[in-house]
Amino acid sequence: MSAIIEQSHHDDHHHGPAKGLMRWVFTTNHKDIGTLYLWFSFCMFLLGGTFALVIRAELFQPGLQLVRPEFFNQMTTMHGLIMVFGAVMPAFVGLANWLVPMMIGAPDMALPRMNNYSFWILPFAFTMLASTLLMEGGGPNFGWTFYAPLSTDYAPPSVTFFIFAVHLMGISSIMGSINVVVTILNLRAPGMTLMKMPLFVWTWLITAYLLIAVMPVLAGVVTMMLMDIHFGTSFFNAGGGGDPVLFQHVFWFFGHPEVYIMILPAFGVVSAIIPTFARKRLFGYASMVYATSSIAFLSFIVWAHHMFTVGMPLAGELYFMYATMLIAVPTGVKVFNWVATMWQGSMTFETPMLFAIAFVILFTIGGLSGLMLSIAPADFQYHDTYFVVAHFHYVLVPGSVFSIMAAVYYWLPKWTGHMYDETLGKTHFWLSFIGVNVTFFPQHFIGLAGMPRRIPDYALQFADYNMVSSVGAFLFGFSQLLFLFIVIKCIRTGKKATAQVWEGAHGLEWTVASPAPYHTFTTPDEVDMKEAHG
Amino acid sequence: MKTAQTSSNSMVLRLFAVAVGMFGFGFALVPLYTVFCEITGLNGKTGDQYSQVSTQIVDSDRLVTIQFLASNNSGMPWEFRPKMRTLQVHPGEVNETSFFARNPASYKMTAQAVPSVTPFMAASYLHKTECFCFEQQELAAGEAIDMPLRFIIDKDLPADIETLTLSYTMFDITAPVQAASAD
Repeated sequence: MSAIIEQSHHDDHHHGPAKGLMRWVFTTNHKDIGTLYLWFSFCMFLLGGTFALVIRAELFQPGLQLVRPEFFNQMTTMHGLIMVFGAVMPAFVGLANWLVPMMIGAPDMALPRMNNYSFWILPFAFTMLASTLLMEGGGPNFGWTFYAPLSTDYAPPSVTFFIFAVHLMGISSIMGSINVVVTILNLRAPGMTLMKMPLFVWTWLITAYLLIAVMPVLAGVVTMMLMDIHFGTSFFNAGGGGDPVLFQHVFWFFGHPEVYIMILPAFGVVSAIIPTFARKRLFGYASMVYATSSIAFLSFIVWAHHMFTVGMPLAGELYFMYATMLIAVPTGVKVFNWVATMWQGSMTFETPMLFAIAFVILFTIGGLSGLMLSIAPADFQYHDTYFVVAHFHYVLVPGSVFSIMAAVYYWLPKWTGHMYDETLGKTHFWLSFIGVNVTFFPQHFIGLAGMPRRIPDYALQFADYNMVSSVGAFLFGFSQLLFLFIVIKCIRTGKKATAQVWEGAHGLEWTVASPAPYHTFTTPDEVDMKEAHG
Repeated sequence: MKTAQTSSNSMVLRLFAVAVGMFGFGFALVPLYTVFCEITGLNGKTGDQYSQVSTQIVDSDRLVTIQFLASNNSGMPWEFRPKMRTLQVHPGEVNETSFFARNPASYKMTAQAVPSVTPFMAASYLHKTECFCFEQQELAAGEAIDMPLRFIIDKDLPADIETLTLSYTMFDITAPVQAASAD
């Protein structure tokens, strides 16, 4: 018996990370890869944010001042692509890498080498995508939804690089999601049943399934574009028997689940943070799981609400209108549960909680404007206006992005071993909160008044609100440099964090030391289920 | 440990198979979409050549207005217009009209006309027994042509539809046709 224990001790390398830069290239450690994903997504967030500020600077005043319309189109396109595929999605994958194994008591992701590949594809994909801006004819200028024939017949020559970049991102996402599914289903510690998993793990499991189902469809649609452009097929060319509207159907069959891919993990983050700072268990855990699953299912059958104006028959308009409105039900269950969790809780308002509460309020505003857009007859008025821009920025910026920031503040002490500077954190929150609302709230009004999106100039009556919106955008954008400073400061110095970090925090990740050791949960011990989830 | 590894491997394979399957499904959406539109007539696409199964009974009490539209896709230089802008027809009778096209370019061009019907619901009630849109049009430099169109409005056309617009868009397909014949 003792010989066996000695043997296993001998084989058990309790090594830390390798030294030098190559550590990051060759690493298969889930924490290293999580860190890489998070830093990568932050770089992309700044890049995409810079593009957004070019847009807002041009729209500060009516008329054309700073950029030419051709370049403006490239900015709107690249801002969307970089933020969706480069900032939000990799940030959630980074959080999944760091947290999922620790939350379910697994030693690492199930497929560590593939995990390394999934990450390292991304810098190449985005270098290729960003390099199109320097090419002759410019970068993609057809909007992030790249509707054909704008992206086929009328596209700049660099569109082929865009297509390959999307292929690479797709491969990365699919490999990453397969990894998440296998990890969650196979590597849970004994005693961690599915219905005992933290909600962040649940939402990621469902998100991963969505990714596996729809990223290949995106790969398919860009492949069809590639064939139309280079090999003489006519998928989207009416002259050859194709149909441009087909593009929109296939794209949104991917695109609608995609928007839930960007919000479901956010639900998981908020469901972890609110119970901690309300010092209560999450209200309605099981209903949260079922609501998330229903949202995921519904996401597959509502895609044409993005295309009410293409000329659908009445029956189609009605079906997609009612199906879309149905999504408000499970989403309402979630918002109700978060509010009920806070109800009569002993709440404190540290930075993660501030971001989480702002998420609940502002995401709900974005959800409500979404309901307005789902009304098919009204959508003809709203379609392609700034109202749509305001709607999806409310669910994406104070929705997804705030949840990512909340997650970073919440788990940063676990990752670095130091507490972040609470005063600076709160300052960052209030600057971001004010900046976001000043930027996007006026866009509701100019949208309803008829200002079209994706146009570098506008009628004079929209001037005041656009100026306000631009001021807010610069406030929000530059506040993120403070975020960068806070994170770096927290990595280098700060009050030593305890293992539990937050008084009300429950979950396996809070049972290991802070900073989390390089290897955690290396033996499949029965876990203490009292600590499994809040 | 070995069993856990094997079950991981088989799960990975199955998930990859799902991904590959969904890639295929993306392409399968193309024929599915076409079939769906053909059955329902949702996007205003008219059907292929109609072979008259039985002589339709002419409903001489009812008159339906048919409007004809002809337009060029961007970059298409052809002169293209309907011979008559509107036609009053009885459901069930065979009607004939024609479209005029002329190639003003100094070289031979090939074109394809793509039809569309509004209201979309009417698309499946417009039967074309002969249409220039069933084939490609090839015109030499300066050549002009009258292109025939023969159609029947189904007598089952819903009563609330009194006017029907048949629109053709002419696409320049010279380059792809030449590329195909060069192969």
